[in-house]
Amino acid sequence: MTAFARIRTAALLLMLFGLTAAPALAQKLGPDGAPNPTASVTNQKTLLERAPRIQGRIDIPDVKASVLMQPMGRTWDYFHEVLLHWGGAAVIVGTVAILALAYLVMGRLRIEAGRSGQTIVRFKAFERFAHWLTAVSFVLLGLTGLNITFGKILLRPLVGPDLFSDISEIAKYVHNFTSFAFVTGLALITVLFFRDNIFRRVDIDWVKQGGGFIKSKHAPAGRFNLGEKMVYWLSVGAGIAVSASGFVLLFPFYGTNIADMQIAQVAHAIIAVLFIALILGHIYIGTLGMEGAFEAMGTGEVDINWAREHHDRWLAEKLEAEGRRASATPAE
Amino acid sequence: MARMKFLCDADRCIDCNACVTACKNENEVPWGINRRRVVTINDGKPGERSVSMACMHCTDAPCASVCPVKCIYPTEDGIVLHNKDQCIGCGYCFYACPFGAPQYPQVGNFGSRGKMDKCTYCAGGGGPEAPGSAEEYAKYGSNRFGEGKLPMCAEMCSTKSLLAGDGDIIAQLYEERVEKRGYGSGAWGWTTAYHEDVKS
Repeated sequence: MTAFARIRTAALLLMLFGLTAAPALAQKLGPDGAPNPTASVTNQKTLLERAPRIQGRIDIPDVKASVLMQPMGRTWDYFHEVLLHWGGAAVIVGTVAILALAYLVMGRLRIEAGRSGQTIVRFKAFERFAHWLTAVSFVLLGLTGLNITFGKILLRPLVGPDLFSDISEIAKYVHNFTSFAFVTGLALITVLFFRDNIFRRVDIDWVKQGGGFIKSKHAPAGRFNLGEKMVYWLSVGAGIAVSASGFVLLFPFYGTNIADMQIAQVAHAIIAVLFIALILGHIYIGTLGMEGAFEAMGTGEVDINWAREHHDRWLAEKLEAEGRRASATPAE
Repeated sequence: MARMKFLCDADRCIDCNACVTACKNENEVPWGINRRRVVTINDGKPGERSVSMACMHCTDAPCASVCPVKCIYPTEDGIVLHNKDQCIGCGYCFYACPFGAPQYPQVGNFGSRGKMDKCTYCAGGGGPEAPGSAEEYAKYGSNRFGEGKLPMCAEMCSTKSLLAGDGDIIAQLYEERVEKRGYGSGAWGWTTAYHEDVKS
C-alpha cells in the first residue's frame, strides 16, 4: 500500500467515524439558525449536583479565589448561628444546672472521719505547674472562644458595639496565642499523669462500690479513681482534637480548602463546647463539690483521712514507700 | 425601594477582566485584594463559560449572620456594607460567603488578616465616615451610588455581560436577551444569593 492509499484509507475511516458520531455531537440550533452555544454548557444547577462547589480557572495566583461558588457557606452559617448557639447553650447551661442540682441534692462531700491534721504530698510542684498552666490557658481560651460565639448576644448589648469590637479583637489574639501555652500544658499533663491513669482492675471495684457516691460503701482507688481517669482520657482526647482543629484555623488555607476550613471550625466548636462541659464538672468536684480536694492542686498536700477515703490504695503505697504509718485515726 | 443586585450573563462574558480592572482603579484597592474576579469554568473545553463574580449582596447575607461583632449589615437598597472600625479580622465571613467575596489585606496566620474588605457596590462604607468624604474613600473606596451611579465594574463591562441595578429590571433584561437569542446558562449565583431565580 502506498503512502497515498494509506492516507486515503485513514481519511475514509475518519469520515465513517464522523458520520456515526455526528448525531451525538450534533449541535442544537437556535431560533436564528445559529448553533446553540449552551447545548454543551453545564449550568450551575448541573455543576452543583455534581460537586458541592463550582471551581474553575482564574488569572490570579490565589487558589481559593478559583472557587466560583460554594453554597455550603449557607449551611455553615446555619451551623454557626442556629445549631451552635442552641446546642452550645443547652450543653453549657445544662451542665451548670446538673451541677447545681448535684450540690443541692448531695451537698458538699465531706471528709467523713474529719481532718486528721496530717498531710501527704499528692502533687509535686512541677505537676501543679503543668495543671495550672493548662487550667489558666483553658479558662482564657474558653472565655475568649465563647465570646466569638455568644459575645454578640450576651456582651455586645451591655458594652456597646465599639467597645465590644475592641474586646473581641483582643480576645481573638489572646485565644490564638494562649493556644501554645495550652498545648504545652496538655503535653506535660499527658506525660506526667499517663502511668497512673492506665485502667486497672480496681476501677471495676470502684464502679461496683458506687464510685464514692454511696455513703455506706467504700470505693477503692489508686492514685486516680475511674472518674478522674475518665477526665484525664477525655481531656487528652478532646485537647488533641481541639488543638489540631485549632491549628488548621490558625493557618488558614495552608493545604486546606474552604470545605476543610469549615469542617475544622465545626469540629473545633463542637469539641470545645463538650470540653467546657467536662471541665465544668471537673472544676465543681475539685472545689465546691468535695471537701479536701482542692488542696491537692492548691498546696499539693492532702489530708491523710481524705486520701484514705478516696485513694486508699495510693495512700497505702505512698506510706509504705515513705516508711511511715498513719497514726491519726485507726483504719476501719 | 429598589433591591440592588448583580447579574453576570455568562454567555456574553469574554474573560477580559475589565470589570476587575475597573473595580481596582475606581476604588484604589490595595495589592492582593480582589473585590471582583473572573472565573472560567470548563476552561478550554466545549461549553467553556466565564463568570464575573464579586459580593452578590445576598438576601439574608450569611456573612452578616456569622459576623461575631455584627459589623456587616444590609442597607435599605439591599447592599451589604460593613464597618471596618469594628471588624476584628476573624475570617468567618469568608467561610460563610458562598461567593468568596470577603478579602483581607494579610495572609492571616495567627488571625492577623487585618480588616475585611469587599465589594461595596461602589456605595462607600458602612462606617461612621460621611458619605463621599475622603476618609470614606480611603477606607472603602468610591461612593458612586451616593451620586446616583451604578458600580463601575458593570458600567465598564465591554460586552454588557455584567449587569447591575434594580434586581427586577436586570432580571427582565436578561430574560429578554435569553428569549431573543434562544439560550442562556442562567443567572449564576442567584438561587444561592437571593433565594430566587430568573424566569428563563
